[in-house]
Amino acid sequence: MLAIDGTELQRRFYALAREHHPDFHQAAPPEERARVEETSALVNAAYRTLRDPIARVDYLVRLEEGRETREGAADKPKAPPALLQEMFEIQEALAEARAETTSGTLDDATRGTLAGKREGLRARLRDEDARLSGPLSARWDAAAPAERAAVLAAFKEALATRAYLRTVIDDLAEALGEGDSSEGDKSVAHHRH
Amino acid sequence: MSRIIGIDLGTTNSLVAYVDEATGLPRVIPDSEGRPLLPSVVAFTPDGIVVGEAARRQLARRPADTVYSVKRLMGRGFEDVKDEARYLPFRILPGDGLVRLAVGGREVTPPEVSAAVLKALKERAERHFGESVDKAVVTVPAYFNDAQRQATKDAGRIAGLDVVRIVNEPTAASLAYGLQRLSEGVIAVYDLGGGTFDVSILKTNDGVFEVLATNGDTHLGGDDLDRVLALWLLEDIAVRHHAELDRDCVDLARDPEAMQELRLAAEAAKIRLSTEERTTLTIPFAGFTYRRDITRAELERLVEPLVTRTLGPARRALADAGLEPKDIDQVVLVGGSTRVPLVRRRVQELFGKTPHSQLNPDEVVALGAAVQAHILAGGITNMLLLDVTPLSLGIESLGGIVNVLIPRNTTIPTSAREMFTTSVDGQTLVDLHVVQGERELVKDCRSLGRFELRIDPMPAGMPKIEVTFLIDANGILQVQAREQRTGKAASIEVKPTYGLSESDVERMIEDSFTYAEADVETRMLIEARNEADTVLVHAGRALKQGADLVPADERAAIEAAVAALRAARAGDDRDRIHDATTALNRATEHLAELLMDAALKGALGSRRATEILGER
Repeated sequence: MLAIDGTELQRRFYALAREHHPDFHQAAPPEERARVEETSALVNAAYRTLRDPIARVDYLVRLEEGRETREGAADKPKAPPALLQEMFEIQEALAEARAETTSGTLDDATRGTLAGKREGLRARLRDEDARLSGPLSARWDAAAPAERAAVLAAFKEALATRAYLRTVIDDLAEALGEGDSSEGDKSVAHHRH
Repeated sequence: MSRIIGIDLGTTNSLVAYVDEATGLPRVIPDSEGRPLLPSVVAFTPDGIVVGEAARRQLARRPADTVYSVKRLMGRGFEDVKDEARYLPFRILPGDGLVRLAVGGREVTPPEVSAAVLKALKERAERHFGESVDKAVVTVPAYFNDAQRQATKDAGRIAGLDVVRIVNEPTAASLAYGLQRLSEGVIAVYDLGGGTFDVSILKTNDGVFEVLATNGDTHLGGDDLDRVLALWLLEDIAVRHHAELDRDCVDLARDPEAMQELRLAAEAAKIRLSTEERTTLTIPFAGFTYRRDITRAELERLVEPLVTRTLGPARRALADAGLEPKDIDQVVLVGGSTRVPLVRRRVQELFGKTPHSQLNPDEVVALGAAVQAHILAGGITNMLLLDVTPLSLGIESLGGIVNVLIPRNTTIPTSAREMFTTSVDGQTLVDLHVVQGERELVKDCRSLGRFELRIDPMPAGMPKIEVTFLIDANGILQVQAREQRTGKAASIEVKPTYGLSESDVERMIEDSFTYAEADVETRMLIEARNEADTVLVHAGRALKQGADLVPADERAAIEAAVAALRAARAGDDRDRIHDATTALNRATEHLAELLMDAALKGALGSRRATEILGER
């Protein structure tokens, strides 16, 4: 089930966190403390995955594929060709804009165009997130076992689309001089989604 | 479980606290004279190490051997601090690896200096409880990286303290507030201390303190406000007193004693301007006395860029928590620098709420450390702190790119597993470079260290080495590796980039006995001599500047008192030095008052000279 009651999730997380946190096992022997630390890390990871609807889907896909980590997917997910074409055009425009400036800074018109494109892509990313966590997740929960493969494929496509969108949004942000850490963009820390 | 104390190891001041079993409330342990704060100043004298107020008083007289604000140097390299080092009166030695200081005729590292402060607090607690204390919870800025945390832990070990937990300062503050149910809901803690800035966003719910995000700047604090003011004053002095400076061929900027006087005067003026609209600075230099009025508006104009610099991290913490300012229920102020009215205004503007600070911002972090210590000792079971790691952790991959394993603001403890293999037949060494930071390139991040994994020789690509990176509840990284085919744990050699090796720490523990802190008798003698020096300097200056203000017999009496004190100071009799100091003080009282009245005539309106003297 992908639908989760957030309040109940938090309640259970707090209960498990209390039970397994190293704070309450200070007097235990070193091996047991090390074990508690690992369990505590696992509880934290579980909560992190379950509270975020996108991470939840990502985890489900990994489970279904029998992968342990995000790395090493047997076949890399493919984004829809139409999207690829569009991304390619934006990348090209970006490269051209960069080549034309000798000073390394973009002129206002180019900046405006790129910023506009970025806003468009951000809106699409939001739409994609909403589709993943809303209707698609609901479809999985309602699906009969035979239909699950189709939903899974849809998940993978949506996740791949997100990944491409994020990469291009990051590239655009960087070209606009907003890509460094001072902007506080989450993109770097979450680059591997 | 034995007793655990809570320590706030601050840039400017440090404190020790515990939870009183009778009331269940945390309390700060004062020194024998009732002072809660221990200045984080360490003087290396020929007679031994002096810590706290006695060391602080000799800052201006022995600048080269008196270390202050050492927290800003913890876990750092020479390259990181060389800009700042220009303004420090003690010597920092160039070189690779962690910072080393040359003071009191020997080399010391920042953890050793911090250890002296921790040791003084440990002894304070031992006197209070009448028993030995060897476990502590020590706080650090939330934005401290792995090396800075490890350095703090090492300092504890050198001081003979087992640091059972490193706690983030803003989180500790929220524990102190939470224990007294002074705050519930979503809280923003804005912590501007002497040298560091942190902002943390927390959610409190039924005894659970869950940190959602944290951000900050480990090189931004009250020290920086003092410095901009001091540098501005330096320019003003150059303009107004160029005649005297030229005549005496003095370059104040190159005179550590003068610069220290200037810094201390700037700090005092900044503090006064938090409650007054206008204040007067009076700084006696050799050959002239500098005096000027400064208004709060002038100070605010100078420090505005620094205060504005805190707003970026605050916004980033909010964004990382996925919140808007309106979602914050309460804003808590921590750290002495939040007394500056401009800071309060900017915080209020950002969050749209009046920040509060019911608990003393100087003490609240130590109180929180005591609460966490009590939790660990089993004294509190209904409170749980869930903190986060402030910086993303990654390893270097091909092309100098950072491969992020643990993103920032991940709840700790947390772990990440990664598989590695070899690229050459018979390869027995796999080298992992671990970094911390938010940038994509290794060179823009902070190098934590290299981990060298040793494995049995096998054909290329055959070994499957599983490496586990665990960030523990202290925010400190632990690495474990296992070769999966053989099931053997790979041996790991850790080479910290800016840290102490195990053998360094061992040696420093040995050293700390050799260079033992001056014993109480010696320390009191040193304090008496320091006091005598101060009074002698003042008397000498007064005689020089105001010889014609008093009759000859009074002048002769002062000169006699000076000679008596000089003689007493040369000996080892503390009481005699003390009595001679008091006598000289009394002998010069009249002259000092005349001098001040003459100097201030007309400049200060209705205020009496004695009030001004009292401020110095």
